Amino acid sequence: MKFGIIQFPGSNCDQDAYHALANVLGQPTRYVWHKDSTIGDVDCVVVPGGFSYGDYLRTGAIARFSPAMKAVAAHAQAGGLVIGICNGFQILCEAHLLPGALIRNKGLKFICEHVELRVASTNSPFTNACQLGQMLRVPIAHGEGCYFAEPSVIKQLQDEDRILVRYVNNPNGSVDNIAGVCNEGRNVFGLMPHPERASEAILGSEDGRLIFESLLHTNIHA
Amino acid sequence: MKAKIIVTPKKTVLDPQGKTVQHALESLGFKGVKEVRIGKFIEVELAGSNKAALKKKLDEACHKLLSNPVIEDYTFTLK
Repeated sequence: MKFGIIQFPGSNCDQDAYHALANVLGQPTRYVWHKDSTIGDVDCVVVPGGFSYGDYLRTGAIARFSPAMKAVAAHAQAGGLVIGICNGFQILCEAHLLPGALIRNKGLKFICEHVELRVASTNSPFTNACQLGQMLRVPIAHGEGCYFAEPSVIKQLQDEDRILVRYVNNPNGSVDNIAGVCNEGRNVFGLMPHPERASEAILGSEDGRLIFESLLHTNIHA
Repeated sequence: MKAKIIVTPKKTVLDPQGKTVQHALESLGFKGVKEVRIGKFIEVELAGSNKAALKKKLDEACHKLLSNPVIEDYTFTLK
């Protein structure tokens, strides 16, 4: 599967994602500069973590308007795969490719630690290599990771099985312990934890690799 | 013309910053602080004098960029 990692000014997990995908999983992977208006022939877009545009105004608010994100939105609308990690999740919410928003952590602190996630749905290209209820140990590193959406939206996400991962011990106040959700078409996924930082035993956990391995099991229909 | 825009977290959205400041005010001895909400204040200088047209533009700017309607409300004045 061909991966394309978007680079914004302030992205800082782009190289981690590249390492996990190219070196650990051996997939053809390349960077896409934020000013590029095309993403080429990539099968899966990775919107990486970091502090795009300095998190000015709101996290992800400015990145959303970059030329590359217009191409990402078109890719998503055509059924192409998109995964947003941390700041990438915030950007996908701002771009309305995913519902809801990420707000300041309930405890106000930036949290950087490993957390336990529970796989809440395996019915997606991003979690099909996991077992339902499986625990994944993956790090988080965010100040604005508290997932918020109106109760009607949360109910819809629950009813449509679109909450893919939940926190076991909610670290940031997210509604319904949500750590990651997908869109209606199930081809766009955003999550606050960093699977790319948990893809090798030397990093303390390789549970995050399951997210990327799920993608490799997926038939590309884009 | 100058627009003064105030963006605040929606009532249904948790505002931990406001809560913390509320507690700080209480511990300073300020009595009767019922609630604190913290938002943003944005000033925008605009060319043109057609107030109705500028208001329409501002509404769009607030809706699309300056606020996130999922979590925030906004108000503005234009003078």
